[in-house]
Amino acid sequence: MEWLIGLQALLQATVRMAAPLTFTAVGETYGERAGVINIGLEGLMLIGAVTAYAVAFASGNVWLGVLAAGVAAAIFGVLFGVVTITLGANQIVAGAALNLIGLGLSSFIYRAFFGSVTDRAIQPLATVEIPLLNQIPVVGPVLFEQNLLVYAALLLTPLAALVLNRTMLGLALRSVGEHPKATATAGLSVIGLRYAAVAFGGMMAGIGGAYLSVAYANQFVENMVAGRGFIALAIVVFGRWSPLGALWASLLFGFTFALQLRLQAQNIPIAYQFLQILPYVATIVAMILLRGQSAQPKALGVPYTERT
Amino acid sequence: MTEQAPRLRLEGISKQFGVVQANDAITLDVQPGEIMCLLGENGAGKSTLMNILYGLVRPDAGEIFLDGSVATIRSPHQAIELGIGMVHQHFMLVPTLTVAENVILATRPLFSLRKLGEAVIRDRGRIERQVEEVAQRYGLRIDAAARVSALSVGEQQRVEIVKALYRGVNLLILDEPTAVLTPQETSELFKTLKQFTAAGLSIILITHKLHEVMAISDRVTVLRDGKVVGRRVTRQTDTHELAELMVGRDVRLTVEKRAAQPGAPALVVEDLTVHGIHGRRLLDHLSLQVAAGEILGVAGVDGNGQRELALAITGILQPDGGAITVEDKALAGATPRQIADAGVRHIPEDRQQMGLILDFSVADNFVLKQFDRLPFTRRGLLQPSAILAYAQRLIGAFDVRTPSPALPVANLSGGNQQKVVLGREIDSNPRVLVAAQPTRGLDVGATEYVHKALLAQRDAGAAILLISTELEEVLALSDRIVVIFEGRVVGEVTGNRANTQKIGLMMAGAHIQEDNNR
Repeated sequence: MEWLIGLQALLQATVRMAAPLTFTAVGETYGERAGVINIGLEGLMLIGAVTAYAVAFASGNVWLGVLAAGVAAAIFGVLFGVVTITLGANQIVAGAALNLIGLGLSSFIYRAFFGSVTDRAIQPLATVEIPLLNQIPVVGPVLFEQNLLVYAALLLTPLAALVLNRTMLGLALRSVGEHPKATATAGLSVIGLRYAAVAFGGMMAGIGGAYLSVAYANQFVENMVAGRGFIALAIVVFGRWSPLGALWASLLFGFTFALQLRLQAQNIPIAYQFLQILPYVATIVAMILLRGQSAQPKALGVPYTERT
Repeated sequence: MTEQAPRLRLEGISKQFGVVQANDAITLDVQPGEIMCLLGENGAGKSTLMNILYGLVRPDAGEIFLDGSVATIRSPHQAIELGIGMVHQHFMLVPTLTVAENVILATRPLFSLRKLGEAVIRDRGRIERQVEEVAQRYGLRIDAAARVSALSVGEQQRVEIVKALYRGVNLLILDEPTAVLTPQETSELFKTLKQFTAAGLSIILITHKLHEVMAISDRVTVLRDGKVVGRRVTRQTDTHELAELMVGRDVRLTVEKRAAQPGAPALVVEDLTVHGIHGRRLLDHLSLQVAAGEILGVAGVDGNGQRELALAITGILQPDGGAITVEDKALAGATPRQIADAGVRHIPEDRQQMGLILDFSVADNFVLKQFDRLPFTRRGLLQPSAILAYAQRLIGAFDVRTPSPALPVANLSGGNQQKVVLGREIDSNPRVLVAAQPTRGLDVGATEYVHKALLAQRDAGAAILLISTELEEVLALSDRIVVIFEGRVVGEVTGNRANTQKIGLMMAGAHIQEDNNR
């Protein structure tokens, strides 16, 4: 039975590691479906991580931290929108700048406020067991003995899919990423829809980052996102621009994170640096396997001008 | 009978873009239940005027009255609320969505807590039935569950119209609606529009095709250089008068040409075969010959292999079988460059995609096919002065209206763009000229120019293959006509207007051999 317990622990870690990716990738799926690609997710996650940590530390309330992280990253998402949607700047370049801002700003804030603090730990987000359901063998502990943010990620994804596929708002978002001019002539605001999408994407990346500091590490570490923002970008493609696809892809990448941690703990004779690269190698392999996919929104990355 | 307020009245609408006065104090009206044609050449200001009406462009001056009361239209959203619908020339449909999704887009609030139910699309089947019902009420058949990308152009246009009807339109604007339709689809559309007016709808039809004005409209308003230059009741005018108003001078609608002096066969195509995906034959053992000094017209409904024929002859598409011979040189399988060097020139059907590099200057576009040769390149370096001198000569010779040879060709009008293509392709006295849709989207003046240039090349001894879906054009220019259907030549007739009926039948696939033993 020992292997079963091992598997259970591995899967539990998979779900735990997938949650921040899910938040970020679902948010980015919305942005990209609306036609805006934001490669600055890494930066937004770092802003979320440091904001959540700082607010949670100062207020003693983790949830206040998560809320602040969502708001702060959404504000940066809107700033990204000002540059790319209103001013029509290149989205890739603006996203790269956002990554640098996120990295620099989060490290700066952390050092400025916590450089001299000795006890930096915060109260970790508690695991909430769902009664009865957690008694199911393997599945129970994997899905129903997690913290509330994991449940939020798991519930939010189908909701996001429903909104995208079965509401007037979702229809408008899908239209604006495929054919913005058609959307405009139907009487909708391309600019408004895209702002809404990047603000939502920012908020979700912020919560994804918050997860890392307040639910996973219980502290902030410089550059702690460690490429997850870029992996989330790959997840959006891997999930074929659908929220549920993003959830499955997040679990797949979450598994690689969990696996490398597990292998490190097993003391197998491979240098840990090689194990650590596993998720990133998986990302590259996934991108190669997915070359030439055509589900990509037509107007992705193309600024919209009202010139007729 | 009391005078009813017009459905739409525009008063003194003006709009300036930079130095161009796109609309200059335009006044016009449309009555309930009538079809008003807005006639004008490309650049006359028709589209600007309609974009003002649809809220896409703000006028500098002037007022809009709808059913007698003043209206300000700041966005398409407001235009739609006021009952104005527009079918754009380039369809405004999202190809990845279904017909129903396209139709209901933005017809209900995106988000409202009080009316959450309205923002949710619960029963797709029911919505699809509703959309189909609206279509049926006006005699239009559509499959609301189909994805737009799977529809033909004619079907997509029907979706655009249904989109407007679903929004409760009472003034429908159609921008060049027949540009992409077959003759059959056009007459179908006109029948539908007549039904709309019978139901009280007002229609503005933007066009530059005179016979359409005569066929469908109640009244015509003619625009030229941003001004209204004439208003006519259709019954009391004729194409000749309208053409003169539109162009501003006396126009001959018929092409004058001398009898051809055909020489030896210059282009011989035998058993040319091109496979598409799924093994369908796009060209199916197609054979034809063009003699030096004659124009062979290729008539047919769009999509029957015309595109592939032009591309295969010019080497852009590799044929899967058959022979292409130009003046006794076998050229099947040769590169486009080798074929061009053999004297084959090409006016591609899509000048913006294939004929020109839009961001390049006029001068650079003129030397696209020989920039690496003397005198344009010496010792591996481009010679700007030689390119400029050459461009200036061609600008003069082909009457290209451009302020400078250095201007990006994208800034030129469609007619002047085509003159750049024409100049590049025929300045070097081609042996064979493949002209695909050479006047597509051009105004009367530019069309006339292209036709004259083609005839001049013919008289200079070039063999010309004229591929056009405009039957009028094929009839006017060709010495002989072959009809293409599903990748095969189904018949040949002399270029004579009396054969119109016969050609029409063959375009639909009937095999008719002309009786040559007269």
